[in-house]
Amino acid sequence: MSDSGPEASRVVLDADQIARACARMAHQILEANRGANGLVLLGIPTRGVHLAHRLAAAMSEVEGETIPVGSLDITLYRDDLRRNPTRVVGHTYLPVSVDDAVVVLVDDVLFSGRTVRAALDALGDIGRPRAVRLAVLVDRGHRQLPIRADHVGKNLPTAASERVSVRLEESDGVNEVTIARPAGNDEEPATVDHTAFTGEDR
Amino acid sequence: MRHLLSAADLSLPEITEILDLAEEMSTVQNRPVKKLPALRGRTVVNLFFEDSTRTRSSFEIAGKWLSADVINVSAKGSSVFKGESLRDTVLTVAAMGVDALVIRHHASGAPWQASQWIDAHVLNAGDGTHEHPTQALLDAFTLRRHFRRTDPTMIDFSGKTIAIVGDLTHSRVARSNVLLLQTLGAKVVLVAPPTLMPSGVGSWPATATSDFDDVLGACDAVMMLRVQRERMSGGYFPSAREYTVGYGLTRDRLNLLRPGTAICHPGPMNRGLEISADAADAADSLILDQVAAGVSVRMSVLYQILGGADDPASSPVREATLR
Repeated sequence: MSDSGPEASRVVLDADQIARACARMAHQILEANRGANGLVLLGIPTRGVHLAHRLAAAMSEVEGETIPVGSLDITLYRDDLRRNPTRVVGHTYLPVSVDDAVVVLVDDVLFSGRTVRAALDALGDIGRPRAVRLAVLVDRGHRQLPIRADHVGKNLPTAASERVSVRLEESDGVNEVTIARPAGNDEEPATVDHTAFTGEDR
Repeated sequence: MRHLLSAADLSLPEITEILDLAEEMSTVQNRPVKKLPALRGRTVVNLFFEDSTRTRSSFEIAGKWLSADVINVSAKGSSVFKGESLRDTVLTVAAMGVDALVIRHHASGAPWQASQWIDAHVLNAGDGTHEHPTQALLDAFTLRRHFRRTDPTMIDFSGKTIAIVGDLTHSRVARSNVLLLQTLGAKVVLVAPPTLMPSGVGSWPATATSDFDDVLGACDAVMMLRVQRERMSGGYFPSAREYTVGYGLTRDRLNLLRPGTAICHPGPMNRGLEISADAADAADSLILDQVAAGVSVRMSVLYQILGGADDPASSPVREATLR
């Protein structure tokens, strides 16, 4: 959060648009997988888990069967642990074995790609999925690693200095995605912003 | 958290965080790859001046599962045996550039003293008759799991009565448990023969009694302490038999406990002395759970201390250490 003044923030996805994006992604995941066979959704805490549950609910409605949903915390696999005070570790819950399953990782924002790198490492220590897919609500670009999403709710062109915030009813009481540009910072930074990985928008 | 020297240094939120993380860490035991990369590149030295199997090995496993490099230094066969002072040993090990020292020492206060000499993190793994904070944490972890079976949302131990029974004068486990359980909000009852009740027990945050039978029916957990055989000749009690009659968790006493009362023992047990086989193997005995919790809790503590950025003001070894 910038302390040089109020941020100019605008909504880029409202509650209805988030709901439609989730519904579309749910269909896309099923289509790509040719059904729900072997699918496991693993959300990355905190908001990825909420999204995973929403996607699973939408997919169950289509397929008529329950899709297993879990959470995969990646804190212990982060590459910036030594740069910050000790981080609180979130909850990992695996509803079924990931061995030979098609794991769909779900997160709110895809940014540098470092969270997904950490998630892939974590997954590798837990088992050997048949395939791993990535579903994100917002892809805001600025990748620092060779990672891409399979299913995207919205592609959002951003400047690296801008902040993308996803708020979901389950944790924030409201469904919206906002983008904010720190006040007094109109130009795009020439170098890659390494500190950007410390916020919620990963 | 910089060091772990005393259970008294931990606040309720800190304890809760350690126990919650230990729950997450406990899932590692069931994985095909028992390794987390969180402490990669960190070096932990287990500096044990006293013999220990379970504490040392569980610290070692905990460090290794978090990808730290763990080195064991025991007093036997080292320069300590050749008469090197504690200060020189600690400074020598610290000078190798280690990030954390896990210290067990027969002198009370040795880990604290070491923490004054070096900038590396220090964890107390048992010092004399003073404290053994990680044992208290793993006891709390085990008890919380036990209590959560009937009350899944409980956070602190308020409303719980926990009896600690045995050689309270010489027990570092008891001391750390009293301090930790007080912070958790439990009511602690200390039970010991008058000769083994510490002087000044009145100032402890607990009630003290020498009548074990009197408190049996009111406990949610009983923690039995080991009778240290080396004390037997100290005249603290007339005979082992007499100790068992007065303070052992016998089959008769087991039957007087309320259903669901947890039975704990830090080990190693003297079966038939302070605890009967019936009690040790009872359904509500948590003794093996305590051992299993040792690794998870120590992983959690190591992560809390070493998992983040170094204090920018200090390098692992103070430059003036060998002044």
